[in-house]
Amino acid sequence: MSAAGWSGRTAVECAAALRSGEVTATGLLASARGRRDAVDGRLGAFLARTDDLAERAAAAADERLAREGMAAPPLCGIPMAVKDVMCIEGVETTAGSRILSGFRPPYTATAVGRLLDAGAVVIGKTNCDEFAMGSSNENSAFGPVGNPWDLERVPGGSSGGSAAAVGAQIVPLALGSDTGGSIRQPASLCGVVGFKPTYGRVSRHGLIAFASSLDQIGPFAHCVEDAALVYECIGGHDPLDSTSAPDAVGDVRAELGRGVAGLRLGVPREYFAAGLDDGVRRCVEVAIETLRGQGALIEEVSLPSTAAALSAYYIVAPAECSSNLARYDGVRYGRRVASPSLQQSYLRTRDEGFGAEVKRRVMLGTYALSSGYYDAYYRKAQKVRTVIAREFAEVFTRVDALVAPTSPTAAFPIGERSDPLSMYLCDALTIPVNLAGLPGVSVPCGLVDGLPAGLQVIAPRMADALALRVAASYEAVTDWHSRRAPLGVAA
Amino acid sequence: MQLSPEDVAHVALLARLGLSEAEQERLRAELEAILDHIKALDAVGIEGVGETAQVTGLVNVWRADEPRPSLDAAAALGNAPEADGAHFVVGAIQE
Repeated sequence: MSAAGWSGRTAVECAAALRSGEVTATGLLASARGRRDAVDGRLGAFLARTDDLAERAAAAADERLAREGMAAPPLCGIPMAVKDVMCIEGVETTAGSRILSGFRPPYTATAVGRLLDAGAVVIGKTNCDEFAMGSSNENSAFGPVGNPWDLERVPGGSSGGSAAAVGAQIVPLALGSDTGGSIRQPASLCGVVGFKPTYGRVSRHGLIAFASSLDQIGPFAHCVEDAALVYECIGGHDPLDSTSAPDAVGDVRAELGRGVAGLRLGVPREYFAAGLDDGVRRCVEVAIETLRGQGALIEEVSLPSTAAALSAYYIVAPAECSSNLARYDGVRYGRRVASPSLQQSYLRTRDEGFGAEVKRRVMLGTYALSSGYYDAYYRKAQKVRTVIAREFAEVFTRVDALVAPTSPTAAFPIGERSDPLSMYLCDALTIPVNLAGLPGVSVPCGLVDGLPAGLQVIAPRMADALALRVAASYEAVTDWHSRRAPLGVAA
Repeated sequence: MQLSPEDVAHVALLARLGLSEAEQERLRAELEAILDHIKALDAVGIEGVGETAQVTGLVNVWRADEPRPSLDAAAALGNAPEADGAHFVVGAIQE
């Protein structure tokens, strides 16, 4: 098969071909690079290319596959992309921000390190909203990313580059991070699978912090099994992250084929409220009927405080970000605007280094934490967070998992949502999951005027395998995940 | 929620953001709109409800108090805008 023939294939297919001798890791890398170099000028998914690293990794993977054969890790030799919020030693890591231009981390994030140890071949760092703050990738300091289904529309965010890199069939796998929907929402908009594990399942060591109690790393892929492969590799305890869950991840892929017969799946009525696009609603309703046809017991449920989750998030996340981003002071790393005094240097460095959305959130968070407003905003938001988590816990005493839309709309045109509040509403259906620390996966479930819609599966804490199992069951009898983006402009 | 220009200037200083006057005025209007939306919090009954700061269920995660390797000075200083080989160099603290 020609090198170009590997574009759009799943990681599982590539892994089998590597073992049958049909292709080499070096050949897969050539295919991925060829595709990247052919389309990324229009797409803008990559911020950095790591070709030297990738060439060495592919050569090592070929040696390892020759030596270990079937015993080699499943991801050995598979090309991947990594969102530019995760550190790779010596590779420029910017988080989409001018303030980190030129930053070369002295260590590698645990999640990325585990992939490299398994023989994965990282071909580059992907574009994202600055410090992962955004829902359209338009907040990147280094330019927007096109949606592979319509290059004039957004890919979603904040992990827009990773979603687009998989959607555009450059790489079969990519890593993203999800603080309020930043994996699931772009996955939905780009027609790929995106999985946010339970908070604590994947180490945050080496992930540039946005909101530490919400941030979680996870995969983008063409199918659920591929996402599970990545999750099995990167998940599990890490002593370098004190919020890392001690529980083993287990054999997730063994669960995927068990189907949904007899499972109770809740449909939260608040997730179908005003603001949900009619086309997306129809896709999700058909998907739910598909699951019913597979033997799932479908039941309407209520999560009454869903509407308040967005408000709680826009206190909690900015508060944490205002604290986390205090480290960008122009002293130890990153950009510095030299000034006569240290105070002036802080003020100028941060003014020139941060973009508009980051400043907005730092201001909002600083306000919510400031003397006189802490109780009215931050403390109240933390209490509402408790209520949100309790409502999920209560519902999960009656149903095994929840099914709902991922994003209320399909991809919108670049530049359409200039008002911050309208942008925040993109994540209304994904944010509650982060507040409660639950696992959530988005799988393609239809096209609305040629643009992808996503079905979101939400499971109880630590029931990551169950969320993936429901998604895999749906995927087994539908072909939306097999549709590949045209990389043009929709009619 | 009404914010005065002084409120915005105060918060900007707390956040060490040297914003222009035009930027402060734009942010004042945007923050007012966002804070109005955030009033949705008031619709949730939180009487007697505790606060959630994290959701792991983990408490007091410590590592053994034993020395272990860490970055050497050259690596730690490698990204500094200004360093003298052993220290980060900063401007005067007092004006």
